[in-house]
Amino acid sequence: MTREPLVRVRDLQVEFQLARGVVRAVDGVSFDVEPGEALGLVGESGSGKTVTLRALVGLLPRGAKLVGGTIEVDGVDVTAASDDTQRELRGTTVSMIFQEPMTALNPVMRVGDQIAEEPLVRLGMSRSAAKARALELMALVGIPDPKRRADAYPHELSGGLRQRIMIAIALSGDPKLVLCDEPTTALDVTIQDQILKLLRQLQRELDVSLVFVSHDLAVIAQTCRRLAVMYAGQVVETGPVAEVFREPRHPYTLGLLRAVPDFEIVRDKLASIPGAPPDLASPPPGCRFHPRCPFVQDDCIANAVPLIEVGDHRAARCLHHERVVEDVRREPVIAGG
Amino acid sequence: MTLGQYVGRRLLQMIPVVFGVTVLVFFMIHLVPGDPARTVLGIQATPARVALVRHSWGLDKPLYVQYWKFMGRIAHGNLGDSLFYGVSAGHLVLERLPVTLWLIVLSTILAVAISVPLAAIAAVKADRPTDHVIRAVPLVGLGFPPFFLGIVLLLLFGLHFGRPFPVGGYGNGFFGHLRSMFLPALTVALVLTPILIRSLRASLLEVLESEYVTTARSKGLSEKRVLRKHALRNAVISMVSVLGVNIGFLVGGTLVIEQVFALPGIGQLMINSIFQRDFPVVQAVTLVFAIMVVLVYLFTDIAHALLDPRVRFD
Amino acid sequence: MSAISGTQAELLVHDSVVEHRRGFRHRWYRTPSFVAGLTILGIVVLAALAAPLITQHGPNDQDLLHTLQGSSSSHWLGTDDLGRDVWSRLVYGARADLHIAFLAVVLPFIIGTLVGLLAGYYGGLTDTFASFFVNIVVAFPFYVLVIALVFALGSGSRNIYIAITIVGWVSYTRIIRGEVLVAKRKDYMLAAKSGGLSDFRILFRHLLPNVITQSVIYACSDIVLDILAIVTLGYLGLGVQPPTPDWGNMIASGQTYLTTHWQLATFPGIAVVFTALGLALLADGLADLLRPE
Repeated sequence: MTREPLVRVRDLQVEFQLARGVVRAVDGVSFDVEPGEALGLVGESGSGKTVTLRALVGLLPRGAKLVGGTIEVDGVDVTAASDDTQRELRGTTVSMIFQEPMTALNPVMRVGDQIAEEPLVRLGMSRSAAKARALELMALVGIPDPKRRADAYPHELSGGLRQRIMIAIALSGDPKLVLCDEPTTALDVTIQDQILKLLRQLQRELDVSLVFVSHDLAVIAQTCRRLAVMYAGQVVETGPVAEVFREPRHPYTLGLLRAVPDFEIVRDKLASIPGAPPDLASPPPGCRFHPRCPFVQDDCIANAVPLIEVGDHRAARCLHHERVVEDVRREPVIAGG
Repeated sequence: MTLGQYVGRRLLQMIPVVFGVTVLVFFMIHLVPGDPARTVLGIQATPARVALVRHSWGLDKPLYVQYWKFMGRIAHGNLGDSLFYGVSAGHLVLERLPVTLWLIVLSTILAVAISVPLAAIAAVKADRPTDHVIRAVPLVGLGFPPFFLGIVLLLLFGLHFGRPFPVGGYGNGFFGHLRSMFLPALTVALVLTPILIRSLRASLLEVLESEYVTTARSKGLSEKRVLRKHALRNAVISMVSVLGVNIGFLVGGTLVIEQVFALPGIGQLMINSIFQRDFPVVQAVTLVFAIMVVLVYLFTDIAHALLDPRVRFD
Repeated sequence: MSAISGTQAELLVHDSVVEHRRGFRHRWYRTPSFVAGLTILGIVVLAALAAPLITQHGPNDQDLLHTLQGSSSSHWLGTDDLGRDVWSRLVYGARADLHIAFLAVVLPFIIGTLVGLLAGYYGGLTDTFASFFVNIVVAFPFYVLVIALVFALGSGSRNIYIAITIVGWVSYTRIIRGEVLVAKRKDYMLAAKSGGLSDFRILFRHLLPNVITQSVIYACSDIVLDILAIVTLGYLGLGVQPPTPDWGNMIASGQTYLTTHWQLATFPGIAVVFTALGLALLADGLADLLRPE
């Protein structure tokens, strides 16, 4: 059973107009999101993952411009669509969960009203129906005593509760796709775990697609089945999470995996990737990762490297991905792999 | 805490400040080099007369006793007697207060009416040409001495262009007052506008670029609704704070403008009393001005607390 | 993380300050507002300094046979009601007003910055104490207090300095205190403290250089405020006393002739606006330049 992909991103390019010049934060990113699947977007800050996410919902920050590529959501080409068409999709087809719930919730509006807003305005429900729906959603996301909590203001609630409110808002329009911008980064570890479990549960029960952005591999592993690794504005590896973790095909992915503290493997020291991400105003020639790559060869610097298919539903932007495989065989990343 | 508790707390916090204000006002007389009694009476005064006045003013007693008596008198509403007119200073102030209050209220209304729309347009169209034009206004405007602006307006609208407004005085009746007050109030408002536009634009931009506005947009709400339901209330809250802070400046501006337009308010009273060396009146007016400003700050805080649910929480 | 040594701490902080200055030197001539402001201000200051050279008459030379005249080759901007050369009075007025304004900003700058530094750094009682005084001064409308003080002290430039100092230090304190509160949490501050540097050293060699830029930027707007205050005092007859020309008292005496010779009151006013514009542009330019990238 193959369904049409819900989201089709082809060759996306986003530029920022900065004082020191034009920066291409996203340079030729392509991926698909199937209905009901959870895709992870992994990368450091500056990799372009957040900008990509924002582009999907048409809410690029001030100073950013989409300069190339197409994004198709639920059959609609949003890059060519009018503002009104794009707006139609927001909330009811695509919604977003933000990183910092304290700043992402309106501080002077009661949380119940914020959740009820979409049912009221976009779904045409009556005030009482919308209020009831809000309470339903609050219960769904695991908020105890919804009736009392609905009258609270954001600052009166804990971080975990606020994030649940955000999730409730994101679900209030019955979307098919929920974009998650590092929703657990600002939370305590224990709350993080709860929220992630909640997201996973909701994703399966409601059959929504997720695009989950994070810099934390462990979080991605917990929530997504497929992932795309981003570096310097490009996708450098894609594939099912379990397979990529067991056998990465890009040196950057390998580096990320080795940098994760893992209690299942005893290691002498925590490896970190030497160097720093490139300045996107003037990226390095050829492969963008080559200055930091332990396997670099001459042909890596010569020409830009395309995404190469390396297996079933797997791709990597590396000319020497077998070297990565060799390295992993010698020193496995995951125990028992 | 409840609103009542909040107001109570603010009032308590005000007390030391009001206290300090009275000390400062009191000591102003003692800043005058030489003997205040002699200065007032002039050089021809006989030593006996000077001593008499000094005694009647209590200047021969230690400072803290004087201050205590000063505070005692104030508590009874006695601000001293005018040396020039012979009536109580408080009476003089009360007589002229309505004019100044008119000016303050009208100026505030005009200031808000001019700067809020301009700041809103500048913020919504940030970085585009309209924004830059509007932002140029404060650059020129901040350098305009208030009284000079008054003179220019007087020239243009009082003496030319059909003379729609009178050149000075208070006028008769409600509409007479309004007509006479318009140019002076406009002057004060225009003096404040540059500062207001700057601050309001900045806080509006902050609201417009905030995460919760992005959340609201991600709900697919119309831009109108986003602005109305989400941006507006938060923007008004910061606007109230900005206005409050600047009212102090506005109140002070009325003083000079009253001179320019010959308005019989407490500002003009103060200037005249200065030239007449009428110490008690100068003291009284200064005190009244300070009290007015403190009250405005208090009202601003209360308004802020009413609008912003976060305030009562701390 | 082990505590770093004192020298390491110093180096860390030194770098952050040096970053600032380096950027300034390279960019100042490319910032339009700064250049424009400097130019305008330069013109005014030069004119004031070169007063004897660019005027044909003294500012107080009366010529009662040629009062209230229009512009001529001998009197570029005409004469006033006592036959004095308006251009000359304008230029010498610049001398008086600018001279007082530039000096008047110094003490409030120093006092206000110091108080703000200490109040922000030590917090607690020091802060409460300082804030108390700040609130008292702020309770008075600016002009009211200045005028009242000038009244109490008497007119004359020395008393204007005193009055402006008493009223003006407050703004610096508020700004610097705010900056210090933010800076206290920054890494270089933690580094300095854990490096065991003395309070004095931290305050003056590390904290001050980083927060003082805000004071400097504000000082430019403050000079504008002071010019306005001095000119206003002059207008009210409480500032620079006639016959010494000052833009304020020139406007006051010119106001009587508004209907017939409006230029007597307007030229000095335009001079004020022009000078203030230059300072405002300078302040904007400085703010742009000194902002950390």
